[in-house]
Amino acid sequence: MAEHEKITMAQAFNQALRDAMTADESVLMFGEDVGALGGVFRVTDGLTAEFGGARCFDTPLAESGIMGFAVGLAMNGMRPVVEMQFDAFAYPAFEQIVSHVAKMRNRTRGALSMPITIRIPYAGGIGGVEHHCDSSEAYYAHTPGLTVVAPATVADAYTLMREAIASPDPVVVLEPKKLYWSKDEVDLDEVQPGIGRAVVRREGTDATLIAYGTSVPIALEAADAAAAEGRSLQVVDVRSIVPFDDETVCAAVRSTGRAVVVAEAPGFASVSSEIVARVTERCFHHLAAPVRRVTGFDIPYPPPKLEHLHLPSVDRVLDAVDTLQWDDV
Amino acid sequence: MPSHDFLPSEQPVQLLDQDGRRVEDPKRAFPSDEDLLRAHEALVVGRRINEQAYALVRQGRLAVYPSSYGQEACEVAAALVLDDQDWLFPTYRDVVSIIGRGVDPVETLTLLKGDWHCGYDPTEHRVAPQTTPLATQLIHAVGVAHAATLRGEDTVVMAMCGDGATSEGDFHEALNFAAVFKAPVVFFVQNNEYAISVPLARQTVAPSLAHKAVGYGMPGERVDGNDVAALLSVLGDAVHAARSGAGPSLVEAHTYRMQAHTNADDATRYRQDDEVAAWQGRDPLLRSKAYLTGRELLTDERTAEIAAKAEAVATVMRDGLMQDVEPVPGDLFEHVHATPTPQLREQAAFLADELSREKVS
Repeated sequence: MAEHEKITMAQAFNQALRDAMTADESVLMFGEDVGALGGVFRVTDGLTAEFGGARCFDTPLAESGIMGFAVGLAMNGMRPVVEMQFDAFAYPAFEQIVSHVAKMRNRTRGALSMPITIRIPYAGGIGGVEHHCDSSEAYYAHTPGLTVVAPATVADAYTLMREAIASPDPVVVLEPKKLYWSKDEVDLDEVQPGIGRAVVRREGTDATLIAYGTSVPIALEAADAAAAEGRSLQVVDVRSIVPFDDETVCAAVRSTGRAVVVAEAPGFASVSSEIVARVTERCFHHLAAPVRRVTGFDIPYPPPKLEHLHLPSVDRVLDAVDTLQWDDV
Repeated sequence: MPSHDFLPSEQPVQLLDQDGRRVEDPKRAFPSDEDLLRAHEALVVGRRINEQAYALVRQGRLAVYPSSYGQEACEVAAALVLDDQDWLFPTYRDVVSIIGRGVDPVETLTLLKGDWHCGYDPTEHRVAPQTTPLATQLIHAVGVAHAATLRGEDTVVMAMCGDGATSEGDFHEALNFAAVFKAPVVFFVQNNEYAISVPLARQTVAPSLAHKAVGYGMPGERVDGNDVAALLSVLGDAVHAARSGAGPSLVEAHTYRMQAHTNADDATRYRQDDEVAAWQGRDPLLRSKAYLTGRELLTDERTAEIAAKAEAVATVMRDGLMQDVEPVPGDLFEHVHATPTPQLREQAAFLADELSREKVS
């Protein structure tokens, strides 16, 4: 196997944008501070220099305007990629996303499509102050017409971004801020499963941990810790929240008969509750215990000094696994 | 450019007074006889569309109709000043503009009939879907215009909204984006005095809506919205400026919504009859008819021809809307994504099965 340089997840996103812009002249990248600065997380670093200010550019500071501008550009043959600087700063764009981006194809019976990629740095664990750490995936996943992905690995960051940009439909790419600087040695040419596919990240036989985005490393770490204690945990990385891969997730759960969903968003009316419902509906007779969840509390995202109390931890995951009715009383 | 160059004129531009007499304005070109005849024909057709749609609501063939009765001069001028390669971004009240642009009347009314959301292919006549969330379409118009600029295409976008929409955040963002990117967009505000029941005084205390343009660094102009000659002239100049690279501008037309917001509204709860009566004498059709008749351009023969054309459009509307087209349940799932998700395929199959069992029983 050829040697590959270790790159960060941010670099993988950047490379995906660069390759997509090289491959297709209609791809435009815009938002706030994405030009000269290269984005506050440097994901668009160097793109303006390489492709010019007409292809990668800063806009006025107005998220609804950015999103609506993308709608118009897409109506007229462009393939916009927009950056919402932080999860909680994307809310002004919410009406444009829900009322137009998500509905345009359906509204026009396919006459107008919206090949728009909405990049949203999401979730916490970075010591960010208020409005910088929301997990807003449920809002988008609940909106018919949107595709929603949350990569957890460097290789997936590249693959899912390329697929998002190539998609004829709008895709929300939730970029896990906490993992931007995670590094991996990856062959970007290696074909990864596409949007709509979950993958088993770790084989295991006793219980299945189901996670996405920032929670995947927690689940893997928990599986390592459990292995040391003699318990074999399987880890499924959801990757694609919409479309959801019922087949892979349910096959995994059926193989172990026990499951815990791990996600840092508040648990009430969330993606994690949807996963529990789907798994329970489809795998009930294979389950030895109710499906458990480890999620954030139903609270506004905490200040940096308290966020560790809110976020799923390895211990909480292991504690949840311990409650999966291992022994008949 | 000094900011006073962006300021609208002291009074709304008027080229035909209430009695159809020509008003001299050295800054504005008076439309040709041919253009005014064409506009008058469109006015008569537009009025007939509004009347026919109103009747179709009463007959239960349209779910709802937000009428532009009394605002037809704005409606027809917005379409007439555009070329084929241009785009029109209408609101829900702009059915007459859409049909004026060449869209099939029955396809235009699909939304209000309730068969589907948008009944026409927006790319065919370059007419965006009608938008009901206010002002949201204005920023789309800027995106369409900017895409054309990037490709070096000669396209101008007419972005329409009403007075109420100027209070929305997207109105601000759209005008600001257009100005910053120097997009070839004409923002056309029909100030008809009311946003459903709320009068203009509750939307703004600005000297006029056209004055708002100054804050974005673009020219604003106001025009008598019931004077089709003035509208053709002012909107025509704005389109020409956008086409020649001068960037966006804002045009406010002073007009009046003669009927209720929609058939579901009761305008007597918030405005007085004498206010409405005062506007009846300012009807845009009376004005163009008086001018053209006075110039002996509107012969009996021509009047009959125009009436026949209007009746033909009304017949198309009646015939089309009287037909019951059975909606296809499968369409509910077909266009949510380019390729339906496994979950939507499951749900489509569920519905198909449920419907097939209903037919059997």
